[in-house]
Amino acid sequence: MEYKPIRKVVSGNYAAAYAAKHARVEVVAAYPITPQTSIIEKIAEFIANGEVENLEYVAVESEHSAMAACIGASAAGARTFTATSAQGLALMHEMLHWASGARLPVVMVDVNRAMAPPWSVWDDQTDSLAQRDTGWMQFYAENNQEVYDGVLMAFKIAETVNLPAMVIESAFILSHTYDVVEMIPQELVDEFLPPRKPLYTITDFDNPISVGALGTPADYYEFRYKIQKAMEEAKKVIHEVGKEFGERFGRDYSQMIELYRTDDADFVFMGMGSLMGTVKQAVDVLREEGYKVGAAKVRWFRPFPSEELYELAKNVKGIAVLDRNFSFGQEGILFNEAKGVLYNTDAHPIIKNYIVGLGGRDFTVADVRKIAENMKAIIDKGELDVEVDWYHLKR
Amino acid sequence: MNTLFGEKKEGATKIVLKSVDEYPEAPVSLGTTLSNFTGDWRTFIPVIDDEKCVKCYICWKFCPEPAIFIREDGYVGVDYDYCKGCGICANECPTKAITMEKEEK
Ligand code: SF4
Ligand code: SF4
Repeated sequence: MEYKPIRKVVSGNYAAAYAAKHARVEVVAAYPITPQTSIIEKIAEFIANGEVENLEYVAVESEHSAMAACIGASAAGARTFTATSAQGLALMHEMLHWASGARLPVVMVDVNRAMAPPWSVWDDQTDSLAQRDTGWMQFYAENNQEVYDGVLMAFKIAETVNLPAMVIESAFILSHTYDVVEMIPQELVDEFLPPRKPLYTITDFDNPISVGALGTPADYYEFRYKIQKAMEEAKKVIHEVGKEFGERFGRDYSQMIELYRTDDADFVFMGMGSLMGTVKQAVDVLREEGYKVGAAKVRWFRPFPSEELYELAKNVKGIAVLDRNFSFGQEGILFNEAKGVLYNTDAHPIIKNYIVGLGGRDFTVADVRKIAENMKAIIDKGELDVEVDWYHLKR
Repeated sequence: MNTLFGEKKEGATKIVLKSVDEYPEAPVSLGTTLSNFTGDWRTFIPVIDDEKCVKCYICWKFCPEPAIFIREDGYVGVDYDYCKGCGICANECPTKAITMEKEEK
């Protein structure tokens, strides 16, 4: 069958719901929370209209239960999906470990939203990054198209390496903003994403098993190592699946870091999620003004694209890491990771952290220009002014 | 029987896995611990009277270990490597087909 995309104008949330539908998810357990709500509403609508077969929606009383129900469904062999945001994701935290520890490929969309207080419903990456060490893979979408594509790829990757995956979109900037999304005809999605083959199932009654059994000090350690091996394996699988996606549907995701005009760049802006759309636009403007700049969009934060970052760092004089998140007591989280990767290598570009856009504060092309001016001055002088720059702070 | 997690050896008190490659991908097991058999925790042992058993499998559902299995003839048996002697099965059995007796070791 020839690939002819179906173009629909949808919000990021609807893109997520359509992707879940096209992935033929069998169980969705979720608790609505702003700004995730419309993902769940749309899925409920698919069921009410009879547009989906074999999809069980489990209404639960909290996000903790939502993830618990997803774990049970996934352990029974179902393709399982949920969505959440901010405090809801935090409430799931304990259960996230149970999903990855039991090697269950649940896929979840997290709508990046600032943690309260002060109470906020706007964009900020700290909610998802706080789940860094739960054993979930993390994909950051730049636009609605990447939300849709990301969910489809996440299922394939998760079910190959038996680890859960999060697809992350920005609150309101993507979740509630409408844009054209090219959707894939169902038959072609089915070819790309065949039914799940579970590692084990609790519904094989002839061979009963316990999931989540006690691991004494004699056995716990080995299972941690196995998760790390699966994460390393995931880098290869991400590359292959991203490449296959490109060959089939024209959008290549084989690189974990998307490079934009970096070839001859003196310095690059590095960041994740929707803010990188603004950055790419700014790079075009700045190039015309004579700045030799590029953009490096980190698509996958877990597993972390260390090798790709190293290759990038070898060829530039500076990296401006734009963090829409913060780890209190230290610095931006992506910045922290990037420095950690580069320390034991011989690539040592000047690397500076700009904290931007927290809690939904506007981040524009003009802001990227100011950062470019600052970076250029630093590189010319050969030394940092400050390592961590609270860019928008009212001084 | 399912040996997803290692192999049970006669007379052993646990499954011993020597290298990381011997471990399965996922930590699933036959009982509530990964490699230790819980059978040696027992003081009392469930004894099942097939004559009283009505094959309701309530014991199978309630056994927390889960040590109860369904035999080929449809009656229930106990995997003594995992039965920890908690007595829940005896308590739940509607026909009192299970009695807990002091185990002679
Ligand atoms: S609960 Fe009692 S009657 Fe029911 S299957 Fe078990 S032993 Fe038999
Ligand atoms: S006593 Fe009965 S319920 Fe308890 S572990 Fe043994 S078989 Fe299971």
